[in-house]
Amino acid sequence: MSEPVIKTEKLTKRFGDFIAADALSFDVMPGEIFGFLGANGAGKTTAMRMLCGLSKPTSGEATVAGYDVYRETDLIKKNIGYMSQKFSLYEDLTVVENIRFYAGIYGLTDKAIREKSEALLDQLGMTHEAKKLVSELPLGWKQKLSFSVAVIHQPKVVFLDEPTGGVDPVTRRQFWDLIYDASDKGMTVFVTTHYMDEAEYCNRVSIMVDGRIDALDSPQNLKKQFSVHSMDEVFYQLARGAKRTAD
Amino acid sequence: MRTLKFLLQKEFLQIFRNKTLLRSILIAPLMQLIILPWAANYEVKNISLAIVDNDHSGYSQKLATKIFSSGYFKPAGAGLSYREAEKLIESDQADIILEIPPGFERNLVREGQQKLFIAANAINGTKALVGSGYLGGIITGFNSEIRLQWITPPRFNPAPVIEITASNWYNPLMNYKVFMVPGILVMLVTMIGSMMCALNIVKEKEIGTIEQINVTPIRKYHFILGKLIPFWVIGMVVFTLGLVIAWLLYGIVPLGNIGLLYAFLAVYLLAVLGIGLLISTYSTTQQQAMSLSFFFIMIFNLMSGLFTPIESMPGWAQVITQFNPLSYFISVMRMVVLKGSEFSDISHSLLVVSVFAVVLNGWAILNYRKTS
Repeated sequence: MSEPVIKTEKLTKRFGDFIAADALSFDVMPGEIFGFLGANGAGKTTAMRMLCGLSKPTSGEATVAGYDVYRETDLIKKNIGYMSQKFSLYEDLTVVENIRFYAGIYGLTDKAIREKSEALLDQLGMTHEAKKLVSELPLGWKQKLSFSVAVIHQPKVVFLDEPTGGVDPVTRRQFWDLIYDASDKGMTVFVTTHYMDEAEYCNRVSIMVDGRIDALDSPQNLKKQFSVHSMDEVFYQLARGAKRTAD
Repeated sequence: MRTLKFLLQKEFLQIFRNKTLLRSILIAPLMQLIILPWAANYEVKNISLAIVDNDHSGYSQKLATKIFSSGYFKPAGAGLSYREAEKLIESDQADIILEIPPGFERNLVREGQQKLFIAANAINGTKALVGSGYLGGIITGFNSEIRLQWITPPRFNPAPVIEITASNWYNPLMNYKVFMVPGILVMLVTMIGSMMCALNIVKEKEIGTIEQINVTPIRKYHFILGKLIPFWVIGMVVFTLGLVIAWLLYGIVPLGNIGLLYAFLAVYLLAVLGIGLLISTYSTTQQQAMSLSFFFIMIFNLMSGLFTPIESMPGWAQVITQFNPLSYFISVMRMVVLKGSEFSDISHSLLVVSVFAVVLNGWAILNYRKTS
């Protein structure tokens, strides 16, 4: 089996006395869709920000795409895509202008940018909206566009922080089609979510409680382990023990 | 380089798409340049003068006529008693009282001397001082006129008189606007540069796009250059429009080399944008950036020599003005525009402003972090 694309060993982040992420150790394999679950305030976003090189860990080890999270954040950034819970495209630019900008700063050539833009608009069925301002698009479309832009440079790993929050079920389904598509192309998908039906779509799922990872396995095995029928119930059993209040 | 191209393209698209912003960048400062110089005027005019004439003689009439024909004074009431004149001062309808005592003409002719009384409302010290000064000058003039009438001058004047001839260099008509317009233009360029730059970056923090930028391989200096260059260009454009207005509306054409002005402006804008950048690194919301900018801009404006001469500030305040980039550019503008100063005259200021530019931008770059 190949090397893990994300590898963490006792990865910890403290803010003063508060331990946001407590000795996280896990591996993610190439092409895997890795679900990262947990109640609000459990530490998911903190962990993800450390892996993206946005936040320096307090202690522990981690590599992403083979690069160290302390010293090689610039190399990590070349090899990952990121989509945060805050919508991060420029609302005052049009759809194509956003695509061109992000493709450009990832170093794609003019030719590649043209081809990618066309293919992407085609895939999203947004050819007619190409010249519309992003602020005029419905939320679901924005999220799909945002994802496509985050993977435009074919990164090794793409981090998605609650990508489908507030999106209708149909669009969510379409969004997951995009995720599967990316995974088929060999990209590793690291995704946080609050929707348990989405957790079922993942290859493996980890559940964070109070900054620790309390469970990590495939959805089937987790259901077996807790002898329940749905991920919902798995989540309840674990999250009920949480001491931290949600933010 | 390619990264920078995409960053600049994005910034300019956003700036040109935001019509409100464009208006406040281009039109607002020009309106201010059209309006402000008329208001920021220290020439004291229209002083309300209450004359209490207790003499009602030909001389007292003559004196009053001479005072009001000078153009600086306007009468506040007529045929007043001293008590009434005092009331006018209390109700702010008069600025100065001139009391002509009874027997003014008679004593002047018989005894060759007479005293007048001036009382000024000194709440506005400048107005009181300058007004009394004008009044004193007019009365002295009146005095020499009547001396000429009454006294046959002897062959040698027994009382030596020093006569003064003044010549006003660089601004011969002493037009206040010629003095203010270049300074106000500097103030506007400074405000636009620092505030727009700070607000623009903080806006990206607020809406979260900066986080997206931070996970891309964009380097710190790319991002910062991508923000500096557009506002540097805008500063240049605003300054040019300002010069055109100064020429069309106020007839001010720089005596010195325009190229020299632009060279100084180029460096100065870097310093000003550095301030904006620095403010943005210390603020997380546009509101914070706004209040910080206001704080600095108020101090910069009031301690720049724009409205009040730096030389008359107390020592500690003069020290502060040395750390104010605005004060350097205002003095350079006035020197080059009004006096036609050359490179050697402004080289010191240029050096100081360059140091500001390097220090402020260096500080901002150090303080801007992609990783927390």
